[in-house]
Amino acid sequence: MAQYTPLIDQTADGADKPDSAVVRDALGVGVAVGLSGFAFGVTSAGSGLGVLQTCALSLLVFTGASQFALVGALAAGGNPFTAAAGAFFLGVRNAFYGLRLSQLLALPRALRPFAAQWVIDETTAVTLAQPNRRAARLGFTVTGLSLYLLWNLTTLLGVLGARAIGDTRAWGLDAAGPAVFLALLAPMLKTATERAVAALAVLLGLGLLPVLPAGVPVLAAALAAPLALLAEGRRRGRGRKEQTGSEEEER
Amino acid sequence: MNTWIAIGLTALGCYAVKLAGLLVPAHTVERPYVRRLAALLPVALLAALTAQQTFADGHALVLDARAAGLGAAAVALVLRAPFLLVVAAAVVVTAGVRAVGG
Repeated sequence: MAQYTPLIDQTADGADKPDSAVVRDALGVGVAVGLSGFAFGVTSAGSGLGVLQTCALSLLVFTGASQFALVGALAAGGNPFTAAAGAFFLGVRNAFYGLRLSQLLALPRALRPFAAQWVIDETTAVTLAQPNRRAARLGFTVTGLSLYLLWNLTTLLGVLGARAIGDTRAWGLDAAGPAVFLALLAPMLKTATERAVAALAVLLGLGLLPVLPAGVPVLAAALAAPLALLAEGRRRGRGRKEQTGSEEEER
Repeated sequence: MNTWIAIGLTALGCYAVKLAGLLVPAHTVERPYVRRLAALLPVALLAALTAQQTFADGHALVLDARAAGLGAAAVALVLRAPFLLVVAAAVVVTAGVRAVGG
């Protein structure tokens, strides 16, 4: 298989879409999600991080779930390494977005280090929805730029606002973090496997909480994913009878 | 200092995987098992994080106003409310329950 096989069918000259329509779609996502940087700023302040630390996270990490996970783990007293590991594993999905995007956008190599920071859920969703390469590049750029600017601006406003109001718990703001996670999780629960993974992860995450150091239970709960794949492979392997001995190919 | 270490590690790690996706030839990681694992890993992590940040207080499991807030968020999600409204529902209900509960 050749490197960077272009998706000819999709990007050579697909259906036309006016630039204004692409920009509108992209701004819709960029603005709506960008505003939720406010929730992050507030949560981060409530977790005990300073203004500079909170803004550094939004500027440098720029992938929401990982940011929320990190401040949550630090607030729970996790050591920096387990906290960062949880945030990192959540960010791994962006690598797979990048694989799709590099084919769709066909960016010059020199541009990729700059485009990389914008490779996240939202830019990928907008880019994949475009009918041709021109629209894909425009959608990626407008979503990335509007989201990056707004996310960082609202992060700053959120952390300053939280410090101004003092006790964020009294305002229920400690519920923002889990609500964000639930909102990110809900659309992923499409099949029985995903729901089983989620249920097992909840059991592991809560069950191990009293006995393991802070931050470690979340990492242990991540094992629900390979375990579910193992079970799935077993089931499929059994369905195929002894046709192949390759069911144990997990890695 | 520990916080800055965590921030630095997370920033480096998250940027590295983003860039890797753009640079690595697709076929090296496009195996079905790796793809499935990458899709399921966030499901497991987000589910565990949701549960912990709702029911954990240090190393203890508690049932407090946050659970009501998360319930409100779930209802908002079922009603297909936009992202910010889901978060707002959780915050408002949690604050309300705390105010009523003293």
